[in-house]
Amino acid sequence: MAPSAMVGARIRRREDPRLITGRATYVDDVKLVGMVHAAFIRSPYAHAKILRLQMAKAKAHPGVLAVFSGADLHAAGMTASLPVAHKLPDLKTPPHYPLAVDEVRFVGEAVAVIVASDPYVARDAAELVEVEYDELPVVVDLEKATTSGAPLVHAALGTNVAYAMPFKAGDPDGAFASADVVVERRLINQRLAPVPIETRGVVAQWDAGAGRVTIHSSTQIPHLLRTQLSLVLGLAENKVRAIAPEVGGGFGSKLNVYAEEAVVAWLAMRLGRPVKWSETRSECFQAMIHGRDQIDDCEIAAKRDGTITGLRVRILANLGAYHQLLTPVIPTLTLLMAPGCYRIANVDIEVKGVFTNTMSTDAYRGAGRPEATYLIERLMDLVARKLELDPADVRRRNFIEPSAFPFTTSTGLTYDSGDYANTMEKALQLADYRGLRTRQAALRKEGRFLGIGLSTYVEVCGMGPSAAMPAAGWDSATIRVEPTGSVTVLTGISPHGQGEETTFAQLVADELGIPIDNIAVVHGDTDIVQYGVGTFGSRGTAVGGSALKLAIETIQAKAIRIAAHQWEANPDDVEYRDGKIGVPTDPSKSMTTAEAGFLAFMGDKLPPGLEPGLDATRRFEPPNFVYPFGTHVCVVEIDSETGQVKIVRYVAVDDCGKVLNPMIVEGQVHGGIAQGMAQALYEEVVYDEYGQLLTGTLMDYAIPHAEQVPHFELDRTVTETTVNPLGVKGVGEAGTIGSTPAVVNAVMDALAPFGVEHIDMPLRPEKLWKAMGPRSNGKVTA
Amino acid sequence: MARVEVEVNGTRHELEGVEPRLLLVHFLRERLGLTGTHIGCDTSSCGACTVLLDGKSVKSCTMFAVQADGRAVTTIEGLGSSAELHPMQEAFWAQHGLQCGFCTTGMIMSAVDLLRRIPNPSEGEIRAGLEGNLCRCTGYENIVAAVRAAAAALAAMETPKTIGELVEVGGR
Amino acid sequence: MESDGSTFEREGDGMIPTTFNYFRPHSIEEALLLLRQGEAAKILAGGQSLIPMMKLRVAEPKTLIDLQGVPELAHVTWAGGHCTVGSLTSHATLAADADLRQKAGALWDAANGLGDPQVRNLGTIGGACAHADPSGDYPAVMLALDACFIVAGEKTREVAAAEFFKGTFETALGAGEILTKITFDAAPRSAYVKLEHAASHYALVGVAVVLVMSRDTIEDARIAITGLADVPFRASGVERSLRGVKGNNVAAIKSACAGAAAGQDVRGDIQASSAYRTAMADIVAARAVRVATDPR
Ligand SMILES: Cc1cc2nc3c(=O)[nH]c(=O)nc-3n(C[C@H](O)[C@H](O)[C@H](O)COP(=O)(O)OP(=O)(O)OC[C@H]3O[C@@H](n4cnc5c(N)ncnc54)[C@H](O)[C@@H]3O)c2cc1C
Ligand code: FES
Ligand code: FES
Repeated sequence: MAPSAMVGARIRRREDPRLITGRATYVDDVKLVGMVHAAFIRSPYAHAKILRLQMAKAKAHPGVLAVFSGADLHAAGMTASLPVAHKLPDLKTPPHYPLAVDEVRFVGEAVAVIVASDPYVARDAAELVEVEYDELPVVVDLEKATTSGAPLVHAALGTNVAYAMPFKAGDPDGAFASADVVVERRLINQRLAPVPIETRGVVAQWDAGAGRVTIHSSTQIPHLLRTQLSLVLGLAENKVRAIAPEVGGGFGSKLNVYAEEAVVAWLAMRLGRPVKWSETRSECFQAMIHGRDQIDDCEIAAKRDGTITGLRVRILANLGAYHQLLTPVIPTLTLLMAPGCYRIANVDIEVKGVFTNTMSTDAYRGAGRPEATYLIERLMDLVARKLELDPADVRRRNFIEPSAFPFTTSTGLTYDSGDYANTMEKALQLADYRGLRTRQAALRKEGRFLGIGLSTYVEVCGMGPSAAMPAAGWDSATIRVEPTGSVTVLTGISPHGQGEETTFAQLVADELGIPIDNIAVVHGDTDIVQYGVGTFGSRGTAVGGSALKLAIETIQAKAIRIAAHQWEANPDDVEYRDGKIGVPTDPSKSMTTAEAGFLAFMGDKLPPGLEPGLDATRRFEPPNFVYPFGTHVCVVEIDSETGQVKIVRYVAVDDCGKVLNPMIVEGQVHGGIAQGMAQALYEEVVYDEYGQLLTGTLMDYAIPHAEQVPHFELDRTVTETTVNPLGVKGVGEAGTIGSTPAVVNAVMDALAPFGVEHIDMPLRPEKLWKAMGPRSNGKVTA
Repeated sequence: MARVEVEVNGTRHELEGVEPRLLLVHFLRERLGLTGTHIGCDTSSCGACTVLLDGKSVKSCTMFAVQADGRAVTTIEGLGSSAELHPMQEAFWAQHGLQCGFCTTGMIMSAVDLLRRIPNPSEGEIRAGLEGNLCRCTGYENIVAAVRAAAAALAAMETPKTIGELVEVGGR
Repeated sequence: MESDGSTFEREGDGMIPTTFNYFRPHSIEEALLLLRQGEAAKILAGGQSLIPMMKLRVAEPKTLIDLQGVPELAHVTWAGGHCTVGSLTSHATLAADADLRQKAGALWDAANGLGDPQVRNLGTIGGACAHADPSGDYPAVMLALDACFIVAGEKTREVAAAEFFKGTFETALGAGEILTKITFDAAPRSAYVKLEHAASHYALVGVAVVLVMSRDTIEDARIAITGLADVPFRASGVERSLRGVKGNNVAAIKSACAGAAAGQDVRGDIQASSAYRTAMADIVAARAVRVATDPR
């Protein structure tokens, strides 16, 4: 294809041929000579002392190579805790060992590991390990955990509160005192399981000769994993290689450093043989991080015309039993984003992170921002309801206007760019908002309950400036123009479905004039790729892509010098145009990047002082986050007899800045909406009061199949950002962040005739049925 | 230990020493090295392991290898090759019906079975027909589009073939 | 797979069953012999319930007797208004049977709505009945059809549907017996409707209805409900109230279906409480009756 036809086009993904033919290599597909298999023994109790482990029978089982307990690992010198990355003052950080040593604190915590010749044998032997426990009091309930006298998850801390972070700006008390109306509402953001269809898996191999360990893991962050595992294992970092092969979805769940990764690596070193562990789905529900789980007590102050004057939120965040990599940080993002896309000068928000006897929460698609958007978007609707205003009008009144950008919020963030009203008007038009309201009124007369829900979101992503996220802010890219003209791109991000093997090649193809088929984008191997941070926080293109853009510029500058030297021209008169090097004043002069690369390789015709070779490694440090935004309109109809919700239309207009490949962007939005609406309607991780997981399989935990998801109607606006040289914002999480409140708002709108103001998620039919009252038809007030 | 004689993607395999409890999915992945068939759950819920047994979709995690004795199995590897894609693979690619790709191989096998049963399905029939397969990435929008496109492509083929015949072609 | 995943205590790994011996006999007689002689022997039909349970190690048979070697067990035969379905008939076969839709719509509905295409391709009607999941679809249909189960063993015997389902995962089948056939009379005015669990898609409430109509009036009705109690049950109060009701009188049908679960000990879980299931029984029953009143 001709150059400059790539960026912005619907280019088919270059990663797909291997995926659709079953030739891709996921961790579970890695098979090494002499490989043995690990299985973990996990706690059936939410809180207990480990009294005794009897492992002799399992050790004697034919085919078993070894069995180790947490104490064994400690005795062997594996005493480091798993890492937590944070910048919070006074954060309580209890030890978190890869295998529990003397106490277990959630159901599913690993207490021992078996290694056997075959996974079937490992499974048989696992049954032979006997663990004696002495049960301790359990605390699961978030509020109860904060009360004095509650059982302590970590007795040594003397409290379950890991941190408290208060924040105030403006004059919130004054705003509430002088408000025309105040709406108070507790909003619960339930616990979710990420459920990537590929569970976790690790294959580790020890090279005794080199003293190096190679870890294949289903991870979003191979380099950070390498760094952290080298610390946990006590190996020099250059003795650890981490490989993220094909990764079957992550959604934040694989943005972590897990116990199993450390243990399997340690086993490979200890046994001198490759060791594989493939997580079962049941294990995954227990021991992969969960998301959300906040109780948000909110108050919002408004004037009679709908102008919001103040916001108070008490965020109680369930951290689970231990910190995983980003556990404590996630709820702080809720605080930062609570004002949403509105001017709210007076805020008073506090976050409290609390330990309970449950699996850790951490980053799950959206990570802290869906909670913020949910609370502010629900509150906007509640204010509209109270003032009998149209929800769209209340939003219009409070939007930050386009001329105000860059806009610094009361919580201290600087929104880069936006035009919220424009996006909302477009969505309302697409959905025919007026028409829908008319239809709603007509149907109500027939006893049918249509609901229209709006969500106008803004989110923070493109993580992020290093000042805000040390060691996780920047990213890197290398471009190598190979001697015979093909190009290799090494990116520091670690895509696992987001399609950067394609979008990055599109960018290079256009800018360097290389046919896309001659470009290979490589990622996910710390021995091959320069250090990079990884894929999460919708940062792949915004940060990794921007690093690539810098590398392109460096390549172009050098290629120009090479060409100018051939032509005996002044480099200042030479430039890239449409992917080719030329002299604007002399059309006879033209050179391709490939030709410049060849000259750079030959080395004999280079300008004096110029190094041979045409390659570049660059890093991009974003000066700020980026702030994509959009409006989602959801239309539901409620079956008033059963309480079932049917989404009859779903319209989303998103703005993620410049779009490199619309097909891929739309795919991200589709998947994001599906996950967000599933939170609204179906999903919830439930522990009982003893800390037993009641939703431990896909038969109990409802992730939607095709029939439970509607068709999506998408459109977009484009408001570029100046934060990065590409003008792109992130899009990986926006759909999830925007959709949850749109669905809930639609359902509450449908239930308005019943006087229902709020129901907590997930909106199971039973909850709606109850809210409507058993003889629903009689109770209608409108 | 049992002996299993099974035709996989057109090739006859005779294996000795198969434990009766060996699941078909492990047999395919570990004994035959056909790792395109994936495992996504332990409750027969996700469909990542879907293969065709005598042309019909089944979950290979919910079948023992010994049960396949004397029968024909088609896995994603037998459906088409990178050089010559099956129309369903082509459609998933063209319509962006996949992201991480983990559900995709099973999804494609189910979609092939769907078109065997209903050559020209409506959107509702497509969604219902894929009920046994979970995807966490795509929100199903483009999967539905892909199945529709594949149905159209098949209908437009010069020498019309049933999807089943194409499986045979790919498989043998 | 059992419908309520939390019923069983799990041990962290639901993928790998314990060892067993495997047989694939070629006749019922051979199968019966193996069943009597094999240690902790179990029949394997489609495996769609047994294998998931074996993977969870909730079932640990030492001997599996695969019926797939006896293909004559798979058939649907009509003789006059009387149907015989072989126990090995797959859900998919039933679901694709247009004739069945007209003559016994309730069974056709259940076969179409059960599980998913892959499960339907392997799972069998005999296996589903023998498994007797309290949320299974067929047990209610069998009750409403007043079906008869033909059981081979020491001697062949017939068991009425009302006697067949004994409790959760419990039937009248003895240890050495095999279900070979199910028979029932045509039920052209019949339907099965279910409200699904959001995750497992099993029935929270499933109602099978068989009506006898004279012109547009319901003369007699058999209503059976699954998902609520340990075993499916007949809603005899509703059956009585429906007599004489006009098929197009929606209000009358709704009021006749009130109290469908009366007197039952209705179970509840995190997806649906006992109160909700109880109320939904009325709603779903009325919907099923409305579908059944028209020819299919
Ligand atoms: C993902 C999934 C979803 C499902 N959804 C539903 C649903 O919505 N509704 C529903 O009703 N079911 C559902 N099922 C279960 C399905 O109906 C099973 O097919 C059925 O329950 C068992 O039939 P089978 O032939 O597979 O029996 P098997 O699993 O082989 O056997 C089940 C039991 O019956 C015994 N058995 C089998 N055949 C005979 C016989 N002829 N004589 C004596 N004993 C016998 C076996 O020993 C075993 O104890 C689902 C299953 C799965 C995996
Ligand atoms: S692996 Fe999930 S259904 Fe087979
Ligand atoms: S593409 Fe990732 S699960 Fe479907």
